[in-house]
Amino acid sequence: MRTVALKRHHRAAPLILMFALLAGLTMAASFARSEPAQATVASEDAIQEGQKLFAANCATCHGLSAQGQDGVAPTLVGVGAAAVDFQVGTGRMPMQASGPQAIAKDVQFNDKQIAQLAAYVASLGPGPSVPDAEAVDAALGDPANGMQLFRTNCSMCHGSVGGGGALSQGKYAPALWATTPTHIYEAMLVGPQSMPVFNDANMTPEDKRDIIAFLEEQRDGAPGGLSLGTIGPVAEGLWAWLLGMGLIVGFTVWIGVRSS
Amino acid sequence: MSTDNVNHQGGAVDEEFTDPGVPADHRPRRADVDPKAANRAERQVAAMFGLSVLGTVIAIAAYVMSDVGGDNIAGVQNSTMLMGLGLFLAMIGIGTGAIHWAKTLMRDHDMVEERHELRSSDEARAGAVDNLKEGAKDSGIGVGRRGLLKGSLVTALAIAPLSVLVPAIGNLGGDWNVSKFRHTMWKQGVRLAKDPDGSLIKASDVTIGSVFHVIPDGLTELEHHQLEEKAKAVVLLIRMSPDDLNVQPGREDWSFDGIVAYSKICTHVGCPVALYEQQTHHLLCPCHQSTFDVANGAKVVFGPAKRALPQLPIAVDDEGYIIAKDDFNEPIGPSYWERLK
Amino acid sequence: MTEVKTAPTDSRLNRAAGSTASYVDERTSIGAFTKFIARKIFPDHWSFMLGEIALYSFVVLLLSGVILTAFFVPSMDIVEYEGEFAQLKGLEMSRAFESTVHMSFEVPGGLLMRQIHHWAALIFTASIVTHMARIFFTGAFRKPRELNWLVGFTLMILSLAAGFTGYSLPDDVLSGNGLRIIDGVIKSIPLAGSYISYGLFGGEFPGEALIPRMFTAHILLIPALILGLIALHLFLVFLHKHTQYPGGGRTDKNVVGLPLFPVYMAKAGGFFFVVFGVIALLAAVFQINPVWNYGPYDPSPVSAGTQPDWYMLFIDGALRIMPGNFEYVIGGFTLSLNVLIPAVVLPGLFFGVLALYPWIEAWATGDRGEKHVLDRPRNAPTRTALGVALITFYVVLVLEGSNDIVASLFSLSINDLTLMFRITVIVLPILAFIIAKRLAMGLQRKDRELVLHGHETGRIVRFDNGEYIEVHEPLTEQERWVRVSYDALKPRELAPELNDRGVRRKGYRWDRFKAAWSRFYFEDRVEPVTPAELKAAEEHHAHELESGKKAAPEDPAIHP
Repeated sequence: MRTVALKRHHRAAPLILMFALLAGLTMAASFARSEPAQATVASEDAIQEGQKLFAANCATCHGLSAQGQDGVAPTLVGVGAAAVDFQVGTGRMPMQASGPQAIAKDVQFNDKQIAQLAAYVASLGPGPSVPDAEAVDAALGDPANGMQLFRTNCSMCHGSVGGGGALSQGKYAPALWATTPTHIYEAMLVGPQSMPVFNDANMTPEDKRDIIAFLEEQRDGAPGGLSLGTIGPVAEGLWAWLLGMGLIVGFTVWIGVRSS
Repeated sequence: MSTDNVNHQGGAVDEEFTDPGVPADHRPRRADVDPKAANRAERQVAAMFGLSVLGTVIAIAAYVMSDVGGDNIAGVQNSTMLMGLGLFLAMIGIGTGAIHWAKTLMRDHDMVEERHELRSSDEARAGAVDNLKEGAKDSGIGVGRRGLLKGSLVTALAIAPLSVLVPAIGNLGGDWNVSKFRHTMWKQGVRLAKDPDGSLIKASDVTIGSVFHVIPDGLTELEHHQLEEKAKAVVLLIRMSPDDLNVQPGREDWSFDGIVAYSKICTHVGCPVALYEQQTHHLLCPCHQSTFDVANGAKVVFGPAKRALPQLPIAVDDEGYIIAKDDFNEPIGPSYWERLK
Repeated sequence: MTEVKTAPTDSRLNRAAGSTASYVDERTSIGAFTKFIARKIFPDHWSFMLGEIALYSFVVLLLSGVILTAFFVPSMDIVEYEGEFAQLKGLEMSRAFESTVHMSFEVPGGLLMRQIHHWAALIFTASIVTHMARIFFTGAFRKPRELNWLVGFTLMILSLAAGFTGYSLPDDVLSGNGLRIIDGVIKSIPLAGSYISYGLFGGEFPGEALIPRMFTAHILLIPALILGLIALHLFLVFLHKHTQYPGGGRTDKNVVGLPLFPVYMAKAGGFFFVVFGVIALLAAVFQINPVWNYGPYDPSPVSAGTQPDWYMLFIDGALRIMPGNFEYVIGGFTLSLNVLIPAVVLPGLFFGVLALYPWIEAWATGDRGEKHVLDRPRNAPTRTALGVALITFYVVLVLEGSNDIVASLFSLSINDLTLMFRITVIVLPILAFIIAKRLAMGLQRKDRELVLHGHETGRIVRFDNGEYIEVHEPLTEQERWVRVSYDALKPRELAPELNDRGVRRKGYRWDRFKAAWSRFYFEDRVEPVTPAELKAAEEHHAHELESGKKAAPEDPAIHP
């Protein structure tokens, strides 16, 4: 079952190579053509569309000119396109109710709309932009350095390999199993909600890519079998009692029952 | 087998019920009465033993074919799982086979064995006492006699272990210089560096909402006791909006424009406290959930710790790097008896 | 033996076996021993095999442990990782960690052995606790087995020590933080704390001495003690002969069951393979303690979900649940009760009560006879309730020890959970005590009902006069005996305070305490049915039927 998926390390090697080649080609093409299309120099059209979307979906809390409201929502002037792409792209925004924990829901906008929203917010003041494909390409990263950085800076909240964990007062750090590399990068850059900011001086763009590479490694599966959520000894103890002791005690009952 | 199956019917009613004895009627199993069933049971047992042989073959095959080493996660997983499942079959086959055999074909009606009181018989006890008395007489140390001899022997036996224990325990603690807890590598002018690579930190690098995990500059070059020093010196460097920061009285010049540095070692039992929540400025220890308010002198707001985290006084040097102004003003980490002495 | 002699076909084999046996016997008198042991009787019940799980998982631990020692290097020297595992490439780590990773990824079957060893350790401790609970609830610790209870208790403590030292050997971040917590706890001990910490770690934490020291303890000292005590434990089991559940013909003077050879040789022997098999299955399918995810020990990092293995979790929970304001400075010395109470005093009390329980209960019973027939838990309501309360207390602490996991699983707040557990850790055990005692006594009353009125058959008959009754079938003698053959102990009588000369006698206070303790145990009790009561009930039934018969029933079913 699982083993099949895990074997791709071997069998999928040619596929991955081909994919990497393809990705490289498209990237080269996009560099050649669409680099100016990045959020920094977004078209006026996009900004205008974004403003409309903003007024319709975000202004209730953040204010018509995104200046924010005390105690309700922060100002968005200067948060940059990266913050919008992360918050809206993971479904955290728009929020249902103001609070410290923004829950990732179904994404409510399509990629184009998100880009338009991002372009609008980016136009309000300078801020971090959405990283390009090379910046988040796990294949270029060093997972060993990523591990060092992850365990020093991230694992206390997100768990040793990104399984997530609890914060105070009901807040939590989410699991990172399904988070896209771009969103991981953006989260580090902007520090959404409870998460601190890891700017480029603290963690260079290469460092961030190394972290992505480390997290990608985890998706190859666990060497020892099913990973029990990677939440550590509590899960192991629970399984030892439920499954291990359960099975063995079941056998003792079978031994004790008279045969018919 | 003793069964006294006494039936009390009629007559006077007893004070207590009488033990009906071991049930005499033994319900035969299918294999007891039907030779076919017995043969079937035998075949089942043999099949289970056969399963075990198959498991052994699988385990050995998995070993021979195992492709581990290198960065081959799938190979490790496959060989672990196959070998483990082979071992499982090899064991469970023998186990279930033997038990099934015992349950279906071996005796299944009870036997009775008498117990004997554990207490020795009176003669044996008396004999023991006599023997001891005689022995004592032979040794010349009967009750109340040869006090000096007995006393000196007991004394010698009691203190002789010290001849081994004192040197043994004496060596366990290294130099026993427990005052080392008091000091860390931090002193005036030591620059703050990033954990783990040791690169230096400028004040301008630390934007609002940032957290830096910090070690003292020079730690990575230490030849000896790197981990011991690191265990005491790790620091969290946090910047918040200066408006949010309540500077503690007497510590006005310990922070720099909203940048504060606190020991990362919990004052409860010494875990690294590291969960910084940017919005609340709370620092949570993942081990026992002591929560410290960084905006208010890192005082405890929840959990089993009592004391605030020790603060590292910091400043900025001519080149813009953050430096320590001094060591911590109190021992870092968990409380111990003589920490204030 | 005599049977085999007559079989002529394999007489050569038999002769060889016979002469070998004779050779050994002449030098060891093993014949007498074999005669003694071969047909020894053991009673049959599933709950009597729980201790065997512990024994067998210990054997699995020894076997897998021997293989692990062939590859593990107990050294804290720093080396650079030279293997191929991507996320560790080039990292600096101790030899202990490096060799653990090496045996996991580069030795075929190495990871399987590690996982077998770790799962076996969890099963070992879990089965000891389960076995201990069985002994407790059935009263198998009573005379003459008090000393063996103490041996078993010591084995339980040693299993915790074995588990903890083993858990810490790979020198990873998770176990390293565990050791740091232990260090913090030790430092809180008044006067000697810092020195004990230095003695343990060979200087300042973490030092370079701990892993080799723990290794010796883990593979030599502790297993040797466990082996010796297991031998003593089993010797005492053979000496005392096994306890048995109440039933026809089972008394304090005999043991009813099946012979060791061949039945238990097959059942218990087979059971070893079952235990080994289940552990192998767990190890094959579920990853345990992936140290490469935690990384080599470094005092700076920590990860969410930093918890010890399950058997130490209750101490971690106690540390978490304790409010922080109990640290005092007295005359310049720091007394850290917020650490000392949950991590030293509380486990001390908990284990102390457990170790001394046979004597604690004996104060209440005052019973001096040998007890070989077990109590059904309902027939000792106070003991059962105490046990349930103790387990409840323990479970609350375990839950608090996993409060962050519980919080993320059920979207709760760790703060609310901790506040709630601070209350429930006191309230729930008391509630559990009351409920369990009521339940036990309720079951006793149900037994009385059953003995007096028999099984409900579900057959309803209607008499001519319109009355309906359900036909009850009386219990068989065997069924009845199980339900009536227990002593409902009464509280101890307290001898008068003054002796005949009007002087207050020695030991009066102690006796008064024992009497009060005894009242706590035996004030509420349900007496077993007496033959007189049964006869009265039977007469009542007969009368009912008589009157019914006169009215001529329509249903022929009441004529058996």
